[in-house]
Amino acid sequence: MLSPESLKKIDREIAKYPPDQKQSASMSALRIAQEERGWLANETIEFVAEYLGMPAIAVYEVASFYNMYDLAPVGAKKIVVCTNLPCALSGGVHAAEYIKKKLGIDFNETTADGLFTLKEGECMGACGDAPVLLVNNHQMCSWMTEEKIDQLLADLKK
Amino acid sequence: MTVQGIILSPDLDDDRTWRIGDYVKRGGYDALKKIIADKMPADQIIGEVKKSALRGRGGAGFPTGLKWSFMPRAFPGAKYLACNSDEGEPGTFKDRDILRYNPHTVIEGMIIAGYAMGCERGYNYIHGEIFEVYERFEEALQEARDAGLLGKNILGSDFSFELYAHHGYGAYICGEETALLESIEGKKGQPRFKPPFPASFGLYGKPTTINNTETFASIPFIIREGGDAFLALGKPNNGGTKLFSVSGHVNRPGNFEIPLGTPFSTLLEMAGGVRGGRKLKAVIPGGSSAPVLPGSVMMDCTMDYDSISKAGSMLGSGAVIVMDESTCMVKALERLSYFYFEESCGQCTPCREGTGWLYRVVHRIENGLGRPDDLDLLNSVTTNIMGRTICALGDAASMPVQSFVKHFGEEFAFHIEHKKCLVPKDVQHEGSKIYVA
Repeated sequence: MLSPESLKKIDREIAKYPPDQKQSASMSALRIAQEERGWLANETIEFVAEYLGMPAIAVYEVASFYNMYDLAPVGAKKIVVCTNLPCALSGGVHAAEYIKKKLGIDFNETTADGLFTLKEGECMGACGDAPVLLVNNHQMCSWMTEEKIDQLLADLKK
Repeated sequence: MTVQGIILSPDLDDDRTWRIGDYVKRGGYDALKKIIADKMPADQIIGEVKKSALRGRGGAGFPTGLKWSFMPRAFPGAKYLACNSDEGEPGTFKDRDILRYNPHTVIEGMIIAGYAMGCERGYNYIHGEIFEVYERFEEALQEARDAGLLGKNILGSDFSFELYAHHGYGAYICGEETALLESIEGKKGQPRFKPPFPASFGLYGKPTTINNTETFASIPFIIREGGDAFLALGKPNNGGTKLFSVSGHVNRPGNFEIPLGTPFSTLLEMAGGVRGGRKLKAVIPGGSSAPVLPGSVMMDCTMDYDSISKAGSMLGSGAVIVMDESTCMVKALERLSYFYFEESCGQCTPCREGTGWLYRVVHRIENGLGRPDDLDLLNSVTTNIMGRTICALGDAASMPVQSFVKHFGEEFAFHIEHKKCLVPKDVQHEGSKIYVA
């Protein structure tokens, strides 16, 4: 189900915890699985559970609790914009509106070509860089003016 | 005023200076080397930390030395250390910069803490959204291991300490220390009932101490220069420098490391003052959970735990959210209330249901559907949440509501009566545009 590279990464995570505490690696294992598969289908979650020797429901609880896991398919590029208060004071909402207009979608929607999904995010701990957005959970983009958003979307389309 | 911070300084860059070679050149790992060479007794280390008056930098401000003394050092078996870098309190972005620009000071601080409390293993829990910082921290850990500063028999002594990074994946509640432990254990991050406290029943049921990133980052200086030197940087009972994250309507948002006790007006000036020459309206001095204060009250405060507490708020994590006169306070509160509603872990009924009530009521006031008794209703919901939940998220959701209504009640009343905002929409729009510093 997962590639040997992904399994190797998961093994590296497991080694961080005491030998009898493999379940501690469930969060990173889900992250690694999601990176490979794009989102977390039930079968993926079950695979992770089996790999870690955990009940599937316990891993599903983790996957559904933390909001960076996607339990439904998303576009190839998931863009999450922070609109929390500190960001909103410096253009977070304006940046989100601009992206909506450019992509022709609202929050929690995916473009027809399946390329982009847009989401509204909570605090990313980078309020001084507002407007801030996150691409595919791992790439943080700071000080996103309209020009920088244009550039980012163009780069992501490549 | 220019201040050379002890954790961050202007000569640190994002590129090279975070690496171990540069850190050692700045005196890094000297504190650890001194402890190992002198076989410094643990009590002496904890004594220095107590003398320094270092208070927890995560938000609660609990004296660090006292917390360390709660650990049952002689207790046989595993003991753990955890660093709370799950920085998700709106307005706070200091730990990200510490880990980006000076990760080894956190690593050194944690090794020293491990030595002082007899811990064999530690974890740094890093906020989900800052993956690049997590990867850098992993790299820094490897540098420390390769240099013999981390792992088995550190610097040839009989002291061993393992340290790993644990990556969060998007849950504000994991900043609560027992939720953080649950999360390291690979579970939903739902806070535990206390007592027992982590010092007796923590990670995997073993004695555990949890400190904030900035707290650990202050330790090497305290050991190297002495607790008195750290204390002298701040003011009595409020030792040291502190990082303040200034966001919102200022010309130069960012982190500023200043001595505790610095006037707020000085900090505001360092952040370039209020944007566009507009008037200061309100400040949340300690992260979104801290009560908001009117600008005029803030201008009389100094930035330390005691002064802010006397003014009726909290220094919290040192996140200063500045709002100018273009801000609609109802709209501002609406956004914060949505945040707590979204992030409540759902474990305790008063918080799970109450945060939803708070958001929906503020939302309807903002949207012209407020009812005459809504302010009483808000008050009733907050008093029924506070003190009735396992963790502090319920209080954190309630304090903004109470303080916004207390200090800016006329704006809420205007909304309810006139079905519109006291601050014209075009002024709000102008004030919240994408800002280029």
